[in-house]
Amino acid sequence: MSDTPDQLLDNLNALATGLFLLTAFGIVAMRQARGVLNLFILQSLLLAASAALLGFRHHSEHLYGVALVNLISKPIIVPWLLRKTASAEIYTRREVDQVLNIPTALLIALGLAILSCFLGQPLLNAVAPEFRGPNVPMGIAGLLIGAFTLSVRREALPLLIGLLVMENGAFLAGISISRNLPLLVELAIATDGLIIVFISGVLIRAVQKQIGTTAVGELAGLKEVTVEPAEKEETK
Amino acid sequence: MLNHILFNLIQVLVVMAFAPLASGVTTRLKEMIQSKRGPGIFQPYRDLWKLFHKDEIVSEDSSWIFRFTPYIVFVTPIFVTLLIPVLTNYPLFFAFMGDMLGAGFILALGGFFATLAAIDTANPYGPVGASRTRMVGFLAEPVFMIVFFTVSFVAGSTIPYIVQEKWVTPLANFFLPSHVLLVLAFLMLILAEGGRIPVDNPTGHFELAMIDESRFLEYSGRGFALMKWGGQMKFFVLMIVFLNVLLTPWGLAGDQTLSAVLLAIPFVLFKIFCFLLVLVVIESSLSKLRLFRIAEFLGAAFITSVAAMIMQVFLP
Repeated sequence: MSDTPDQLLDNLNALATGLFLLTAFGIVAMRQARGVLNLFILQSLLLAASAALLGFRHHSEHLYGVALVNLISKPIIVPWLLRKTASAEIYTRREVDQVLNIPTALLIALGLAILSCFLGQPLLNAVAPEFRGPNVPMGIAGLLIGAFTLSVRREALPLLIGLLVMENGAFLAGISISRNLPLLVELAIATDGLIIVFISGVLIRAVQKQIGTTAVGELAGLKEVTVEPAEKEETK
Repeated sequence: MLNHILFNLIQVLVVMAFAPLASGVTTRLKEMIQSKRGPGIFQPYRDLWKLFHKDEIVSEDSSWIFRFTPYIVFVTPIFVTLLIPVLTNYPLFFAFMGDMLGAGFILALGGFFATLAAIDTANPYGPVGASRTRMVGFLAEPVFMIVFFTVSFVAGSTIPYIVQEKWVTPLANFFLPSHVLLVLAFLMLILAEGGRIPVDNPTGHFELAMIDESRFLEYSGRGFALMKWGGQMKFFVLMIVFLNVLLTPWGLAGDQTLSAVLLAIPFVLFKIFCFLLVLVVIESSLSKLRLFRIAEFLGAAFITSVAAMIMQVFLP
């Protein structure tokens, strides 16, 4: 095979991971619950694209399988499940608030991305040269930024999406290290993710129905004084 | 040598002649999307003609800065034109006098004087607009720096004529993540620097909401015409840098002949027309941000440019 198509595929794969990082930043910064969900769908599509490109590059059917599983489970089934279970949380609330202001959160996320480049370096040295793409550092960055989203967001849906971003990051790193990840494992992980989404969706719905909001940050105001749910609805 | 001076002159003339046309085309396209019946695409020329023939009124309390500024605002984009590839892909007479950072600083000089002039008159809206422009300016500055330095890191040079080759040879380099992310960051920067819609509304006439326009409120007659023409040329130059250096360095003259250079003009205008189509779609589908959300918009541009830097510098 000539050199140029491989280079093109490598560059396209690198582009997918770069945009993956950008969507992770977007999920940290986005104000609307709906926007967070859309960015997550975009991120999952980029993950599937990266898996497909790597599969084409290394002639591996397993990676095509990963791409297909990702393409079906995350961009299609996850939003559908969330719409069925927690649509009030996504479609009626416009703005979600954060612990930190947005520029600060973005700068910390940026620091995490740079850190993950250094964390990924020893791992990259351990694998074969043809797998030394940007997938591993960007996957670790996705993992860290997802964890950061979990700590910085105050409401249920962005928290859930933060969890899924962590999973996406782990996938992105995983597909580049080995070309023969058994499909069974992929399917198991994907099903696991869907069940997490389903259970959280039901939980969000229940909490929303009981209390009227899922703003976890307001729990801080509950110290030593009990707030009746009815009162809380009045103040909202 | 004489050839190169002539080509440089042609470049300057192209920028001077077609900058108002680009502005007119943008307005017309926007009107078509909003299904309005507005003025034709040559209206900016008629405006400039009219303003040049009107009397100029200068406030008694203003200093020399107010009178001097229109000339600086008019001349700085022309200086930048000498440094960047407008029509040719080989360096011309002044190409090595300054690099992209130099071009950025020359453009900033015009903005600086426009700000001073706005404060110089005692008009209450001038300083408000001036301070807002400064806010946008200093938030945009780090993005400019990182975009330029990443580009220079890739090309090993800060001269735009050398940079433009690197992204398309081989063609696979066009899809490098650092290239695409830099293009995104620079697009956001153009929207902010040109005072386009997510940051500022160029057609707004409400003084309290103005950012860029309120600096020109006190000008009339010839001074206003020069300021207006200079602003149009600045935006044209930014588009040229974006298209000819970063995004699509094709269609420029490769031969040292007059015909090749003249043939490049329609190509460049076509590229600019395509860019204006995208710009109009962006402007029509977004709404103007609140003032303190601009920091977040430019923060996003900053993050994008730094992501490009990470992809380029830290990864093999």
